[in-house]
Parts: sequence; C-alpha cells; structure tokens
Amino acid sequence: MIYAAIVFLPAMGALIVGFFGRLLGVRASELITTGLLIISCVLSWVVFWRMGFEHETDRIIILRWITSGELDVSWAFKVDTLTAVMFVVVTTVSSLVHVYSIGYMSEDPSRPRFFAYLSGFTFSMLMLVTSDNLLQLFFGWEGVGLFSYLLIGFWYEKESANAAAIKAFIVNRVGDFGFALGIFGLFAIFRTIDFDVLFKAAPAMAGQSFLFLGYNVDILTTLCLLLFMGAMGKSAQFLLHTWLPDAMEGPTPVSALIHAATMVTAGVFMVARLSPLFELAPIALGFVTLVGSFTAFFAATIAVVQNDIKRVIAYSTCSQLGYMFAACGLGAFSMGVFHLFCHAFFKSLLFLCAGSVKHSLHEEQDMRKMGGLATKMPITWLMMIAGGLALSGFGIPHIGGFAGFYSKDAIIVASYARETYGQYSFWLLLFGAFLTAVYIWRLILMTFHGKTRVEPSAYRKVHESPAVMTIPLMCLGFGAAFAGAIGIYTFIGEGANAFWNNAVVQKTEVELYQAMHHDVPEWVHWSTFTAMAFGTFMPFLFYVIAPRLPALTVRVFRPIYLFLLNKWYFDELYDFIFVRPTFWIANVLWKVGDVGIINGLIDGTAAGVFRVTDRVVKLQTGYIYHYAFAMLIGVALILSWFMIMGGAQ
Amino acid sequence: MTIGVEHYLTVAASLFTLGMVGIFLNRKNVIVILMSIELMLLAVNINLVAFSHFLGDLVGQVFALLNLTVAAAEAAIGLAIIVVYYRNRGSIAVDDVNIMKG
Repeated sequence: MIYAAIVFLPAMGALIVGFFGRLLGVRASELITTGLLIISCVLSWVVFWRMGFEHETDRIIILRWITSGELDVSWAFKVDTLTAVMFVVVTTVSSLVHVYSIGYMSEDPSRPRFFAYLSGFTFSMLMLVTSDNLLQLFFGWEGVGLFSYLLIGFWYEKESANAAAIKAFIVNRVGDFGFALGIFGLFAIFRTIDFDVLFKAAPAMAGQSFLFLGYNVDILTTLCLLLFMGAMGKSAQFLLHTWLPDAMEGPTPVSALIHAATMVTAGVFMVARLSPLFELAPIALGFVTLVGSFTAFFAATIAVVQNDIKRVIAYSTCSQLGYMFAACGLGAFSMGVFHLFCHAFFKSLLFLCAGSVKHSLHEEQDMRKMGGLATKMPITWLMMIAGGLALSGFGIPHIGGFAGFYSKDAIIVASYARETYGQYSFWLLLFGAFLTAVYIWRLILMTFHGKTRVEPSAYRKVHESPAVMTIPLMCLGFGAAFAGAIGIYTFIGEGANAFWNNAVVQKTEVELYQAMHHDVPEWVHWSTFTAMAFGTFMPFLFYVIAPRLPALTVRVFRPIYLFLLNKWYFDELYDFIFVRPTFWIANVLWKVGDVGIINGLIDGTAAGVFRVTDRVVKLQTGYIYHYAFAMLIGVALILSWFMIMGGAQ
Repeated sequence: MTIGVEHYLTVAASLFTLGMVGIFLNRKNVIVILMSIELMLLAVNINLVAFSHFLGDLVGQVFALLNLTVAAAEAAIGLAIIVVYYRNRGSIAVDDVNIMKG
C-alpha cells in the first residue's frame, strides 16, 4: 500500500493538473503537485528506513499485465534496498525541485503544464525503479524518456529547444535499440523476464554460447553488452553523450531533476539491478569500466573550457556518471549506487544554484558575462561552494569531508585495487578528478568572483532569489555536505552487507574492500587528495592570482583549446556520418518517392477519372425527348434480341 | 371482309407509334407529351379489349378499365406538376425543361 502511494501520488498529481490545470488555476496546480510529492517523499524515507535498517524486502503484484504463450508479465513492485535508495533520491530531489520551480517559473504562463510534466516524470521514474521485470523497467525507461523530451522542449517557441528535444529522443533510441535486443535475447534464452527468476537461472548459463549474427558468442556477455548499450544512451556515456549538453535547453529545474539526479542515473540503476547478470559476464564488466572511465575523463576535459554555465555542469554530470559506471564495472555496484546517491544531491544543488544565478541575470548563461555576484547573492554563492566542494571531493583522507570525497574517492581507490590493464582506469579517473576540481572552481570563480562583467544597469538589479528557491538549495546543500559522511558506513562500509541485503551483488566487492583497506599503498589514498587540491589551486592561479593566464594559455595551446571547446568535434562528426546522409536519403525519398511516384500515381488516377467523367457527363442533356429516344432504342434492341433468339430456337 | 384481331392490333400499333413519335418529336409543350402518353395507354387498352374479345376472356376488359383509372390519375398528377412548374419557372416549353443537365 505504501509503495503504491509513493508511486501513484505523483501520477495522480500529474493527471489532475494535466487535465484540469486550467480550471484549477496556477497556484492550485503548484500546490497539488508539490504537496502530493512531498507526501510521497516522506513515505519514501519511511520505506528507506524499513528496507535499509530493518532489512525487509517486498514484492507486491498489482495486476497480471500480459500473458501470451510463455510470456507472463505481471505489474509488480519489487522493493528492496536498491529501490528504496532510488525512492529517496527521486522523491527528495523531485519535491525540492517542485518547490524551487514555484519560484523559478513564476513568470511562465504555462506553469500547470510544467508541473504536470514534472510529476509525470517522477511517476515514470518511480515506475522504473520499482520494476519487477524487464518489461516494466522498459516502460519506466521510455516514460522518463518521453517526459524528458517534453520538458527539454518545454519552451517550444524556441527552435533550439525543439531541436534539442528531438536530438535527445533520437540518440536515446539508438541506445534503446540495444536495450530492447537485450531484453528479447534474455527472453529467448531464459523464457522469462522476471528479475528473480532470471537471477536464479543465470548461473547455469554462465560461459555458454549461442549463435548471434552468425557468430558463436558467449550468451551473458553479449546480452549484458546489449543491455549496457541502453544504459549508455540513457546515461549519456561516451559516443551517445551528445544529447545531454543540448538538453540544457530545458528549464533549469528540469536539468537538475532529470539531467543530473534521476533519469540519467537510470542506466547506473539498471546495471546495479542486473548486477547478478553482469557479475557473470566479466568481459562486459570490463567494457563497462572502460566506457565509464573514459567518459569520466573525456567529459571533464570538455567541461574545463566551456563558457556556458549549464553546459559545464552538464558535462560534469556526464563525467560523474562515468565514475558510477566505472565503479559498477569494477564489480563495486554498491559503490556506484553510493556515488549516484551523493551525486544526486550535489549535482542538483549545482544546477539549482546555476538556475538561481540565471534567474537573477534574466536568462544569461554565459559565464563570460558574469562575475562579482558573491556579495549580491550570498546564499546561492555559499550553496554553490558547498556543491563545488562536494563535487570536487573536498576532504582529508582518513578524517572526513564532503559527499564526493567519500563516494568518488572510494571509486578511484577501488579502481587502483582492482588492477585494470596498466591501471588505465585509475589514471583516467584520477586525472578526471583533477579536472573536476578545475572546472567547478573555474565556474565558481568566473560566476561569483572578480570584477563583474555584467552590464552595470543589470548588475544593479541583481538580487538574491526568493526564499522558495533558496530553501531547497539549503536542503540540498545539507545533503551535499553530509550525505557522504552519513552514508559511508552503511552504503560501502562495514554495514554494507546488512544494508544491501542482496539487492546488489557484493561478491567481488567484499574482496575489493579488503584490498582497498589493506593492500592499496598509502600514496593512492593521498593521490586523490592531491589531485583535488591541485585542481582547486589551478583556477585560483588562472582567475585570481594571474588573470592574464587564461588568454595566454588559449593562445599557446590553441589547437587543443579549440578541440575541447568544440567538444572533440563529436557533433560535427555525427552530423557528417549520420545526420547529413539521413537528410539526403530522406530528401530523395521525399522528392522522388513521395512527390514523384506516390503523388504521381494517385494524382494521375484522379486526373484520369476527371477526364473520363467530363465526357460521360455530357450524355446527360436534361431533355426528356433524348431520354425517351434512348428508351425507345433500348426497347427496340431488346425486342429484336428476343425475336432473333426466339426464332433461332 | 371480316374484321379480325389483326386489324385491331394494327390500329393499336399505329396509335402507339403516333404517341411515341409525339413524345420525342415535340419540342414545344409538355402538355403534348402528356397527351402522347395518354395515346400510348389507349393503344394498349385497344389491344387488351381486342384480345379479351377474341379469346373470350373478360379479365382483359377489366384490366382495361383499371388502366383508364390509372390514366386519369396520371393525367391529374401530371397536370398538377405542370401547373406548379409553370408557376415556378414561367415556361413549360420542352426545350426549357433541362435543369437535370449534367
């Protein structure tokens, strides 16, 4: 019952406001959706407590959904610790974002629609995390994709917003293609898509091979790779990342909720949920680590040079998702989820702070036109610093620090302990951590410090955001500061085994913890601290101590700078490989196929009919004697016929 | 010369042909068409009566009487239509009656 309430309260809000928003008015719409979500959030924390600390698990069937041959799918809630963690993340961030949006969207005329979408998104996401089988997961997966599309294109008068929405949708289709194939494959092999049954049957299939595309390949490796393809799309990993930065066209609360805290982490959730399968496919796990580590590094390099405040944070999200996948790939699924948990707080905090800045600067997003805002908006500034400290992993080894210090540094140390080829993962992640500190402090310094580059008339009007926006910031700020310290023991420490209660596989993880605490040399623990400290120092050097340095660096390393500024030229590459040929083919199909052949055939037929009927219609003279004459001829003919034939008999 | 059935039939056929030709040679007046139709019906009546007489079956004559009633009703309705038509369109010349032209 409590689970149904958590999941369906947002859906109720979305339906009521979506259909009757105009009747209810704006204020009522805001209160209904926000109120229902806050209830859902409180219930989530209750469930979290029950699952995590009273070690319950639950499986409730709501209805039989599809029965067709061997396929028997129920609509059920599978609730364990992993679900509960996601419950807490989704509903907490979502309710805070709802509250924040009341202030942020206060000048938008179509607020009821916005709140209906937000609640609808939350429902889809909750449906995704409670799923008991792959089809239900897929339902939530596509549901969040749909609402992401609707919310990115929320300001549909803007052409760029529409383009970004379509791009997000299409890039996700590429990943979903693999995901769907993976689901089909699992059903073909196991004849079921229920998680519990799958996980029980999986060990028997380990190491077996089947025929795929004409090759004999390992079953679980292939299927896990296909499923991971879906995760790459949804979580914006390397090669399928291009939609995430463009998704920043949506309103900022949307970026905070969907493109930082929840939807993009669905991929990580999926890998964690399917950890019993991935555990049996070491090659697939290796690939996950490779993609994750590389994305963590690659997205961070781009974030360092971007000038759009939201894009920096978007690439940062991409990079942090890479860390989560790297952790999952190393076999440390709970570590990935722990980072997801911490990341949700500090990343949505950063986005909402950016939104607060944007709000007071009238939608200005270019950091080159900011600066000197710290005194004008102290709360946003403080919260941004809290988010920055959490993201860069500020803390002192063996003592303590902000959220990212616990979750991200644990992943980096784990990657050392796990020994990938030539420690590639460790070095990529470590360098990524350095870049993380660089870009986030660069962002803070460019936005809040130095001499202001805002136009004087606009600068005078800059003000702190209203309380309805700053209070959610402070709640998230609290999470960013303390989530790691509070969670470390239960999520990935000694309490982990009892806490997770087999929600994710922890076999390799246990060895990993041993190695992390005993075998890893001391310098590895300090390397992350050094990277963070050095990364924090660099922007201070560049933007405070010697403000002429950035321009000089750009001049000296111009090719590298341009390469990074243009995001490794991925958009141009895809445009050349995929977009333009598609447009060309579509054009041919349109001009030749549609206009030429189909229109030609159908219009031709219609024109022919007109030509014939134009002549036939002349027969109808309207004169009675013509008709009478025709009848006479007819009668004469019939009579002649009878006489001749009668005579022949 | 005895008058046989063929004489009656010849007269009836001539009358029928006259009526038919009257329908489509006439370009002036719709009433003439009505009269022509009447003529054709009478030709049929002559046939019926003639056959009735020569075959010794009275049913034919009963049928002829029935025909007369129908003809009378037809004439009444036809004339009524013509009156209304004239009132609406101001002409009952056959050449003007062609609003069904395609």
